Amino acid sequence: MINTEINLTRRHLADLLSEVSDPEIPGISIVDLGMVVDIFPEEDHWHVMLATTYSGCPAIDVIPMIVRTTFEDAGVMDVKVSMGISPPWSTDWISEAGKEKLLAYGIAPPNGSPSLHDEGKPKQCPQCGSTHTTLISLYGSTPCKASYKCETCLEPFEYFKCF
Amino acid sequence: MNSKIKYLLHLADCPLILGQRLGEWCGHGPVLEQDIALTNISLDLIGQARLLYQYAATLVGGKSTEDTLAMLRLEHEYLNLLLVEQPNKNFGVTIVRQFLYDAFNLTQYEKLTHHDDPQLNAIAVKTLKEIKYHYRYSSEWVIRLGDGTEESHRIMQEALDELWRNTGEMFQPASYEIELQKEGYSLDLNAIQPIWMEKVASILNQAGLVQPKTEVMQTGGKEGRHTEHMGYILAELQFMQRTYPEMQW
Repeated sequence: MINTEINLTRRHLADLLSEVSDPEIPGISIVDLGMVVDIFPEEDHWHVMLATTYSGCPAIDVIPMIVRTTFEDAGVMDVKVSMGISPPWSTDWISEAGKEKLLAYGIAPPNGSPSLHDEGKPKQCPQCGSTHTTLISLYGSTPCKASYKCETCLEPFEYFKCF
Repeated sequence: MNSKIKYLLHLADCPLILGQRLGEWCGHGPVLEQDIALTNISLDLIGQARLLYQYAATLVGGKSTEDTLAMLRLEHEYLNLLLVEQPNKNFGVTIVRQFLYDAFNLTQYEKLTHHDDPQLNAIAVKTLKEIKYHYRYSSEWVIRLGDGTEESHRIMQEALDELWRNTGEMFQPASYEIELQKEGYSLDLNAIQPIWMEKVASILNQAGLVQPKTEVMQTGGKEGRHTEHMGYILAELQFMQRTYPEMQW
């Protein structure tokens, strides 16, 4: 009985979290981005553990705030939200659905495996689908992205670096 | 303040001050892409500093927080390398400063990811991923500009000649490092020096730049003795907290 109740609450909190968008990338939830590490009961409250993406990301302070308001709006009080760094978040944690949403939003999703000399390469231009693309800069509008140019449609676009 | 706290503050002050310096480029970059690249690296560095200040604050105790440590200490209490407080001047100087620091930071953090202190270890594992990108960015620019036009080559060589005297300090242990080395808490800087040198020499070689033969190295930053630039940085960095104590964003 207690276990069923716990599972129901956890499910409910997870559903609420899937409605919380990344403030920098609207339409993509923190669940899609693999930022929800754990949801567990603790003493008299629930604890939601989120992963820090980049340590200087301005969303670090904003996301827990949005999560708390989302919970409060749904009448769920007494939830503790924390941001952790260990194990370190990786772009490998972004779900397939999340990658599709990134692409649909106009950001080429990470493609490749993270290591010193490999930020990976966009599979295709999010605008026209061309595979003929060129790196402009290792950083984009946020630390997690690189700036690219499509050589076919000539449009610039951003690529979510492997991390 | 014990040696461990001082060491953590030294580790935190370097990225804080360099992050502050890079932030000065906001709106002034040579092109938009590089303007946002430098400020994104600045964000990473300040984020790394925050993790270290948060940890240090738990050891200092009392009313100490990441903010009081970052914003309310006096100049001689900051323990950053002299290199990171040097002025931006031009894009070449900024890039050379970044590269010399990134090569050191990368080497240092590769070692710190094996640290026995679980907290420091976790911070290192997390931030090493970011530092690798910083190093790639700055080393690519050193090569591109060093091996670029006659003018870009000259500017890069001048920047290197000017900044080189601040690199010796990286490998000279401060009093707290000597103390901590006995228990293996701080890194063996003698072991880091050749690894740093190898990285730097390889990039300078590809860039066609000559390693300066500076005899006398400037030191003191790690012990709180700074160059004249530091006061100006702190004036800007601390202005809001000094004027409106404990203000929140």
